[in-house]
Amino acid sequence: MADIAARGAVTATGSSRSSLHKLMQRKSTIAFLMALPLIVLILTLVAYPAGYAVYLAMLNKGMTRFVGFGNFDFLFGRETFWMVVYQSCLFAITAVIFKAIIGFVVAHFVHNIPSKGQRKWRGMLLVPWVIPPAMSTLAWLWLFDPSYSAFNWILAGFGIDRIPWTGETGWARFSVILVNVWIGAPFFMIMYLAALKSVPEQLYEAASIDGATWWQRIWYVTLPMMRNIIAITALFSLIVTFANFDIVRVLTKGDPLNTTHVFATWAFRVGIESGDIPLGASVSLFMVPILAVAATFILRDITKRGSEV
Amino acid sequence: MAQVTLRKVVKMYDEVQAVRGIDLDITDKEFIVLVGPSGCGKSTTLRMIAGLEEISGGDIAIGGDVVNDVPPKDRDIAMVFQNYALYPHMNVYENMSFGLKLKRTPKEEIDKRVKQAAQILDITELLDRKPKQLSGGQRQRVAMGRAIVRDPKVFLFDEPLSNLDAKLRVQMRTEIKKVHQKVRTTTVYVTHDQVEAMTLADRVVVMNAGLIEQVGSPNDLYHSPTTKFVAGFIGSPAMNFIPCQLEQAAGVLRVRLSDTLSFPVPADRTARYTPQVGKANLILGLRPEHITETRPHVEPNQHDFENPIDVVEPMGMETLVYFTIAGSEVCGRVNPNAGATAEKPMKLRADLSNMHLIDDSTGKVL
Repeated sequence: MADIAARGAVTATGSSRSSLHKLMQRKSTIAFLMALPLIVLILTLVAYPAGYAVYLAMLNKGMTRFVGFGNFDFLFGRETFWMVVYQSCLFAITAVIFKAIIGFVVAHFVHNIPSKGQRKWRGMLLVPWVIPPAMSTLAWLWLFDPSYSAFNWILAGFGIDRIPWTGETGWARFSVILVNVWIGAPFFMIMYLAALKSVPEQLYEAASIDGATWWQRIWYVTLPMMRNIIAITALFSLIVTFANFDIVRVLTKGDPLNTTHVFATWAFRVGIESGDIPLGASVSLFMVPILAVAATFILRDITKRGSEV
Repeated sequence: MAQVTLRKVVKMYDEVQAVRGIDLDITDKEFIVLVGPSGCGKSTTLRMIAGLEEISGGDIAIGGDVVNDVPPKDRDIAMVFQNYALYPHMNVYENMSFGLKLKRTPKEEIDKRVKQAAQILDITELLDRKPKQLSGGQRQRVAMGRAIVRDPKVFLFDEPLSNLDAKLRVQMRTEIKKVHQKVRTTTVYVTHDQVEAMTLADRVVVMNAGLIEQVGSPNDLYHSPTTKFVAGFIGSPAMNFIPCQLEQAAGVLRVRLSDTLSFPVPADRTARYTPQVGKANLILGLRPEHITETRPHVEPNQHDFENPIDVVEPMGMETLVYFTIAGSEVCGRVNPNAGATAEKPMKLRADLSNMHLIDDSTGKVL
């Protein structure tokens, strides 16, 4: 049977090689077909929503009329918008810096734990990152409660006044950043730990023979060797932190007086809660240029360094 | 100016003794090679001298000062690693100057020393390249350059040529020897390659199972090994070990290899070997070059015998023949024109003046 079928196929292709068949034989066509599922996914899940958001951002509140850049014009004139820009940058940059520092320090500690006990510690330290943020933030919300919380109870024990953790602008900003750092630092820790493990032990030995102290080994060997991982992790975290929604939403809802809003929570407030979807869309679109600039700078540095190591 | 002294040095890993109490005196400007099979403790010993491994027992002194608790950075040593361990993010110049920079040496001084070392090693035109852009041999030179610029008390080499291909290895071996002749610094060199050990060393230290088997000049080790291990380890192809018995017949001491084959012991060794007559566990050690084809001229202590050949391996300048005496495989080196043919008998000549008699129960050469 198979023989006959194969012979049939041979005569068919041998006699008339259709142009469609030729097209299918080309490598580029095959490559395109293989990439097609991904292209479809990206078109439906990324390109279409992004394009739709741009379109939405150019409509009036009732979504009946095209207003061009009217919504953006309106935003530029509002003080709250600039406060959100400021708070988003403050929130993202401060949180990423602290996550990076804490992640780096903890990664070093974990790296120096004998491998037997290391898995346990690694697992435990990852817990904040694994719990759904909305849930763990709820726990933090209770810890920050002004009247009955553990934090204020402990402070009272030392005779210190209650702190309005989420009730006052400065403290509220501190609180959302603290929770974000708590949730995000383990990710940095695990990335840095992987990077630390990939630095050959002999480089440290060579450095210590060359006369480097503990600190000089970190400065001249560890940091340069980890540079790319540090940059990529920071970029990735910057994007995620900048677009954060759940922590701010659960912890402060943007209050007091909108001072803890970041782009995503404010877009939600304006677009969904206040019913102005086009304005909400234009708020969320503002994240794109800011992140694009950061990404360009960091990725350019990585490609430059990537060719050396 | 630095001699290195090891006194009863021990290294324990949990319950395992990697180095079991070794004593060694390395004199100033000497080139010492530690050689032995893997796991013999040679690298551990080197790393203890470097300070990269803690010493479990005993003392190590560099230049007269005990350095047991001195960190590597304060020992004034330089080390060349097997995989070079160059800093990938620094160029050659930065790699070589790193140690001096940490010591806050003036810039002009650093520049002078780096250029000088680069000239010795012929890498001047590579100074602004990154390690990634260098070949294996060039990286090796840079690693040596990094050691030279430091002008340390002691150079330590940890199997520096193992990652190179065979041709480059021979070339770099000569290079290392040249550098040592120019920059005379006490050097400790670890290798598992006995050819490297023989060609480079002033003195070779043969190690086995965490202990020193023998210390001596390359020629000493080759011609007068004191243990069966050294006899078998040094030399390629390895020394033949043939079980034998000593017998006294008609006033002549003979070494008997099989029912049909025995040779008289050289006269100058008769007194030394006579107490061994009739003892079990004796082994005759004879290097392949002391089993040759027969020649017209007979030197004293040379004896002819005939044996069927099993395998013939032509090497070009010589031919190796393998045959069996009383169940042990024996290798001989014969002239390529001697007409050695596999599975045919051949007339051979053993030169007993270079024989070794080994007591297999103690492993000592008698």
